[in-house]
Amino acid sequence: MSTVTDAPTRTRGRRPDDDRPPRRIGLSQRLGTWDVKLSPYLYISPFFVLFAITGLFPLLYTAYVSMHDWDQIMGQGEFVGLEHFRFVLGHSDFWVSLRNTISIFLLSSVPQVLVAITLAALLDSNLRARTFWRMGVLLPYVVAPVAVSLIFSNLFADRFGLVNAALGLIGVEPIRWHSDPLASHVAIATMVNFRWTGYNALIFLAAMQAIPRDLYESAWIDGAGRVRQFFSITVPMLRPTIIFVAITSTIGGLQIFDEPRLFDQYGRGGAGSQWKTLTIYLYELGWTQSNFGRASAVAWLLFLVIVAFGLVNLAVTRRIADTR
Amino acid sequence: MLIGVAGLALAGCAGGGDDDAPDGQAGGGGGGGGDQVTLTVATFNEFGYEELFEQYMTENPNITIEHTKADTADNARDALRNSLGANAGAADIEAVEVDWLVEFMQYPDKFADLSSPEVEGRWLDWKVDAATTDDGKLIGYGTDIGPEAICYRADLVEAAGFPSDREGFAEWIGDSWDSYFAAGREFVAASDAAWYDSAGALWQGMTNQIEVPYETPEGEIVAATNPEVRAAYDAVLKASVEDGLSAHLGQWSTDWAQSFQGDEFATMLCPGWMLGIIEGNAAGVEGWDIANVVPGGGGNWGGSYLTVPAQGDHVEEAIALAQWLTAPEQQIQAFLAKGTFPSQPAAYEDPALVDSTNAFFNDAPTGQIFIDRANAVEFQPYKGPNYFVINTAIQDAITRVDVDGSADAESSWAQFVSDVEAIG
Repeated sequence: MSTVTDAPTRTRGRRPDDDRPPRRIGLSQRLGTWDVKLSPYLYISPFFVLFAITGLFPLLYTAYVSMHDWDQIMGQGEFVGLEHFRFVLGHSDFWVSLRNTISIFLLSSVPQVLVAITLAALLDSNLRARTFWRMGVLLPYVVAPVAVSLIFSNLFADRFGLVNAALGLIGVEPIRWHSDPLASHVAIATMVNFRWTGYNALIFLAAMQAIPRDLYESAWIDGAGRVRQFFSITVPMLRPTIIFVAITSTIGGLQIFDEPRLFDQYGRGGAGSQWKTLTIYLYELGWTQSNFGRASAVAWLLFLVIVAFGLVNLAVTRRIADTR
Repeated sequence: MLIGVAGLALAGCAGGGDDDAPDGQAGGGGGGGGDQVTLTVATFNEFGYEELFEQYMTENPNITIEHTKADTADNARDALRNSLGANAGAADIEAVEVDWLVEFMQYPDKFADLSSPEVEGRWLDWKVDAATTDDGKLIGYGTDIGPEAICYRADLVEAAGFPSDREGFAEWIGDSWDSYFAAGREFVAASDAAWYDSAGALWQGMTNQIEVPYETPEGEIVAATNPEVRAAYDAVLKASVEDGLSAHLGQWSTDWAQSFQGDEFATMLCPGWMLGIIEGNAAGVEGWDIANVVPGGGGNWGGSYLTVPAQGDHVEEAIALAQWLTAPEQQIQAFLAKGTFPSQPAAYEDPALVDSTNAFFNDAPTGQIFIDRANAVEFQPYKGPNYFVINTAIQDAITRVDVDGSADAESSWAQFVSDVEAIG
């Protein structure tokens, strides 16, 4: 707020000898006021204009498409109202995909945030070669998802995979990574965690470094140990960051596509839909079956699911951070 | 208008079609001289065209060819669908795989008519028929075909005490699926290896021998009620699971590719283009050979066409290039480069093809074998617009039983029936 009131004064103050007629001063003053009031909106407008074109319009247009028969190539057909929603909601594939999506999301996001916050706390302490470790955790993020999938498909191959070979050494039965739904979710969640944990850890680390150090010093004098400091100072002070990370990883987690698509050779989520997620189901409807109407209906349902999860998430993370 | 929905997916391929010059008066034919023309050609996997493009550009200085290659056929299909839907962004020549050619046959207006007296009789009849609409419009020029034979591990067969030379082996497995499975039962009783790699792979061979498998030419979906489909489904799953002939590998999976390095299975169905894949996966393994036989008569698996989308700016030049590329002489060059077996009978007289052998497969006369196999193909099954979707659904059904073991044949079939009902 202070800039708003200061700016005109500063403009006037900078030209003490200026003796232009009062009328023109009045105009420049008015322009100055507009400048101050409008400019901020103008500066952020590119984002919103872009968002309106690439975000809002497709969102509304998808709703329009979802109420029509719509072939990918021939385009618009008849208006069918909510028929596509009825079909999708009545089809087992949708519910199986929803189950898989939520399961993979929980298996990835929850451990991810917990590990990331712990990792950040470790990186925040006095380490030798600090920058090296900090860059190290970001390394998996730089690797392309396709490369990650290539590596992990060798790790998690059912018969000749490294993980099963290692398990065999300690006498554990091989896990059927591509046949058993839960095992496939764990494998996919591992890929996601590999990629995103370090990234989130750095976000937490940045926030941690903004916490005033004297808080820790006072706590130290009061006799609080490291663990107590972590839970009584670090976590509450990180509240906005935790909410941010939780929301972004919810959105990302529910839209997960690359990893399950690249998990086997066909990218359809398994012969029995073991790891078919909502986005893969959407892709299958739209691009394999050429039915954009149904695909758009799934897109909207996915949007609603994400909004619902986002709200639940907001409430939960608020509660967690508030209890201190 | 579709851009709104498919915007993200399209962003990558927009702008392929429009060229620099607005050459409204460009002369017909390829060699007319004059304006510079840039032609884009989109293929996938390996067509063996790299050197041919160079040759064509040297012979036609006014033509520049830009080649884009998709990593998988599925991605090429998705990209072409996007371009046709948006009416922009398609290459001047688009390669199309036979399994999804039928989908595009529904939209003949989106493609240029390629029929011309010059190419009459150039291809095998069934190859042309599959790309011709009811009213006689030719959508695509045939490139290669995939005549099937049986590839086998002679060393494993010999160790189990059965005839392992090409002729003896072919006689032993016979020419019907029953005799092939019977030989398999004898084999697995005498060996640790399985008889074949994957039920899904055999399915591809079996379904290619059913004349009207999934959809009738009248547009009715009969997949779930067709007794021939059900019989083949039961036969392949009984052999795979009950008789234990399958190695239970999902074709193209990481496990499948790795398994070539061990003694996992003894035979597999191999169309011509499969030889290179076997050789790559089984590098260092000795004993592969190829038998001039396929159970159930001849069969074709795969093969492609070149199409010319009507939305392009240089349709005439593109047709001229496609005609040249699919001439027998050029297809033989492609065959020598990448092993794509010609669909043009004139090529079958050419010594370069007839005398070709393959060192990895025990110096087998692969040229002659696949010519025989191509001549044994009598028809191409009728594939309707939903072929790709239905075949995917039944492949999934077979995988659930053969690879995943998550369902038995009966319940998996029920799931397939409900999948088919959901098409619409």
